[in-house]
Amino acid sequence: MNILHVLFRSSVGKKVTMAVSGFILFGFVIGHLTGNLQIFSNPDKINSYAHFLESLGSALWAIRLFLLTTLVVHVWLAAQLTIENRQARKTGYRQQVTLRATLASRYMRWTGVIVFLFIVYHLLHFTVRVTHGPEAYPMTVLVDGTPVRDVHSMMILGFQEPLIAIFYLVSVGLLSWHLSHGLVSMFQSVGLKTRTWAHFLERTVWVVCILYFIGNAAIVLAAMTGQVRIQNPQAVGFACRTDCEVCGARNAEALAETGAHSEENQS
Amino acid sequence: MKVTLRVWRQKDGDSAGKFEEYEAEGLNPNMSFLEMLDVVNEDLTTKGEDPIAFAHDCREGICGTCSCMIDGKPHGPETGVTTCQTYMRSFNDGDLITVEPFRASAFPVQKDLITDRSAFDSVVQAGGFITARTGSCEDANALPIGKEIADLAMDAAACIGCGACVAACKNSSAMLFVSAKAGQLNLLPQGQPEKDSRVLNMVATMDEAGFGNCTNQYECSAACPKLISEEFISKLNRDYLAASVKSAFKASAL
Repeated sequence: MNILHVLFRSSVGKKVTMAVSGFILFGFVIGHLTGNLQIFSNPDKINSYAHFLESLGSALWAIRLFLLTTLVVHVWLAAQLTIENRQARKTGYRQQVTLRATLASRYMRWTGVIVFLFIVYHLLHFTVRVTHGPEAYPMTVLVDGTPVRDVHSMMILGFQEPLIAIFYLVSVGLLSWHLSHGLVSMFQSVGLKTRTWAHFLERTVWVVCILYFIGNAAIVLAAMTGQVRIQNPQAVGFACRTDCEVCGARNAEALAETGAHSEENQS
Repeated sequence: MKVTLRVWRQKDGDSAGKFEEYEAEGLNPNMSFLEMLDVVNEDLTTKGEDPIAFAHDCREGICGTCSCMIDGKPHGPETGVTTCQTYMRSFNDGDLITVEPFRASAFPVQKDLITDRSAFDSVVQAGGFITARTGSCEDANALPIGKEIADLAMDAAACIGCGACVAACKNSSAMLFVSAKAGQLNLLPQGQPEKDSRVLNMVATMDEAGFGNCTNQYECSAACPKLISEEFISKLNRDYLAASVKSAFKASAL
């Protein structure tokens, strides 16, 4: 029997493919969050990390293509499974009660669709960089003088708009909820979930999902509330001296905090 | 006691059906749901009307013939029982009870509350058996089986094939049934020689019959009159994956 036929044609195989593609995407979002958490460190940290990723060149495109294919497979099969499931019951019930299905499992389709739309916007926002004008995507120089994209300032500028910040918060919340069913479900679909450890798995998944949400929400909220500040003078429209009285106190404070770094950059 | 029934009436598989209401009066709370339907039918027959067609046989919860979606749950409001083991004391006097046939494209309605569940027979014919030699039976205890495995196999073997799993699943998936029928044999030594072909053939037949896919919500297990665990679905997935990989690389005779 052809393995591809099994994975993309049989009912059990399609669920296995959903599980494996979901697991790859889960691995990506964890890596993505880890990278993003560098925003809480020195701006150079995340800026040089982003620069490193961009400098991978064709390798970066290979990774992007792989992730995009995985996403397409996950969404495509979800749509196919949904259509098949609808066809499996053409006449519905007048009355049907829910016995034990979790809310997360019942709204997988909706959370999935919203998260997909979010991914499209997120890519346009921070990867393709077309949702805002050029002032939203500043440049800076690293300590060693390499000119790089100022991802640190770009993220903070992005999340300072309340509507966008709320959209990000809601989306990562829905993604965490999506994962709370998906992560348990993938073990069932490949046949690794047994009653011996099902409860442990379910509880672990809840902890993972909550931590994942907290990590993402922390970045957005920190940027929104000013806990993490822009430290690139050009990015805040402030490229003069620290003793200038025209500019707002917040900008001056931001500059003061950067200290030696920005002076070095400006020279 | 007295209840009002809202029952699905459909002349045959090709006709359109509709709900009709019937008053069931003078009931004993200790009547089973099927006995209550008998009383209603007795009344309908006396009045010269067509009685409500419903599937029933053993009336002791072991044959898997009775079905019905009662108030939105297969086999009625109680847990772990069939329709014939559901008693009128589970309802309140004056209740409006909705009775529908099991709904699935693979289970076409034949008349009123009776559906054609022969798709399940096709799945069993595809591998829900062992090819045993004929002749005298084996000596007792000649084939030792551990208690844990025997118990687990017995849990799966409790499946009566009623179709409540399909009826309860929002996708009309037959995974619980197929996994129980394949699992009981795959756990035991007698089932080993045909294990791989069994799961491959049973899943293929299940897919062909037009059942939906499993979404891992386990409504099936909650609705099952024998409360068969969703763990068998996990086992079926595991056995199916292993069989597929083995079958892709297996040696074949010249």
